[in-house]
Amino acid sequence: MSETVESVSALIIQKLLANPKVPRDIDGNCKIMDDLAFDSLAVMNFVMEVEDSMDVSVPLDKLADIRTINDLAACVVDLKNKG
Amino acid sequence: MTSIFSKFDGIAGALGSLVEAGGRNPFSVVIEKPVSSTVGIIEGRETLLFGTNNYLGLSQSPRAIKAAQEAAATCGVGTTGSRIANGTQSLHRQLERRIADYFGRRDAMVFSTGYQANLGMISTLAGKDDYLILDADSHASIYDGSRLSPAQVIRFRHNDADDLYKRLKRLDGTPGAKLIVVEGIYSMTGNVPPIAEMVAVKRESGAYLLVDEAHSFGVMGAHGRGIAEQAGVEADVDFIVGTFSKSLGTVGGYCVSDHPELELVRLNCRPYMFTASLPPEVIAATMAALEDMAEHPELRTQLMDNAARLHAGFHGLGLNASKQVSPVIAVTLEEIGQAIVMWNRLLDLGVYVNLSLPPATPDSRPLLRCSVMATHTAEQIDKAIAIFKQAALDANALPAAA
Repeated sequence: MSETVESVSALIIQKLLANPKVPRDIDGNCKIMDDLAFDSLAVMNFVMEVEDSMDVSVPLDKLADIRTINDLAACVVDLKNKG
Repeated sequence: MTSIFSKFDGIAGALGSLVEAGGRNPFSVVIEKPVSSTVGIIEGRETLLFGTNNYLGLSQSPRAIKAAQEAAATCGVGTTGSRIANGTQSLHRQLERRIADYFGRRDAMVFSTGYQANLGMISTLAGKDDYLILDADSHASIYDGSRLSPAQVIRFRHNDADDLYKRLKRLDGTPGAKLIVVEGIYSMTGNVPPIAEMVAVKRESGAYLLVDEAHSFGVMGAHGRGIAEQAGVEADVDFIVGTFSKSLGTVGGYCVSDHPELELVRLNCRPYMFTASLPPEVIAATMAALEDMAEHPELRTQLMDNAARLHAGFHGLGLNASKQVSPVIAVTLEEIGQAIVMWNRLLDLGVYVNLSLPPATPDSRPLLRCSVMATHTAEQIDKAIAIFKQAALDANALPAAA
């Protein structure tokens, strides 16, 4: 697998920017709920889009530990490597 | 010192603006007195009830009322204990037998609420190395059950059997059992799943299937056994969970199954073990309501006719109402402000429905959620449609052409 936290983080940011409500200046350290004002349902729905792009399933219990975009990227990379 | 309540600041603000915008707190409506199954006194006025989930009107069943009175007179008003200690009377076992027989299943567990039935079954069945595969639009009781379970929890796209398949494929080769959870009728939207397709995925992947028939029991299928009966797939459903608090008009939850291990679930299921059992009068009323339901299949025909009438009326007005006809009909609005004005106008004009706001709705838009009853008359439905028209005009929620 060639994905790195950086490449997955870049993909997540690209996906987020497709939503016009998301601030333009986000980076990997942005907190998904606090900085992007996503509610719990919006986070779960967004993660589903990332799952589809990366062909991986992120179990919901893992989401509890995810705060930032980089956290999500690291989780996806970890799951891909296990798979 | 940090206030323990500071986490509620956001919701306090939201509630404040909700009350300011509409004049009422939509979450503290009081039905001062039920007049019949379809009419209640709210704010001193007779109000048409279109948001009670009382699909067959059996909350006011004379047979169930009489049964409750007799049970209270002979058995008392409470059990003061858990099902696995002193809280099982012969009535509880009788109800379990009758529910199991109604579904043609080996056994049934009766819980104190429908919420606890989902909480208990899901958290107990899915253990540490197992996987729970949930529809994305699942009810809170299903999500809460998944949080109480140590299993890994995976969501699939709402009513999408291909997505379910894809997510199960990703788990190929992983140890642990897989439990798929879907609902017969989704409570917020009235959406009905493609259950036959999901059963095919279940068979191919070797997963177990739990169907929550809370809103479809008494509503779908020739005998009212729900979506699995209607689609002819009952043999493929491992666990059916449901509630007495909708079609049967009482309170309590159940799970029916052919798996003999259900007996062992009783001894591992915390929401079953560590709560008081249902009081005798509720058990007796539930059995009586089940008899009503079995003897009056015409209630289901009437219910679906009524649902079709309200559904057609809403679409005739140009409202963005549910696509499928079911007794749950949701009107989706674009803005929360509009929904608040319209909901308040409906109540002013004499119709009670449920106001559902995001994130409790599937796609961040607000819903006016209606539930239809077999006991609604055509006049009541037509009156509700006319009031919806007026309220939608007042809220500026009708398309210009309508």
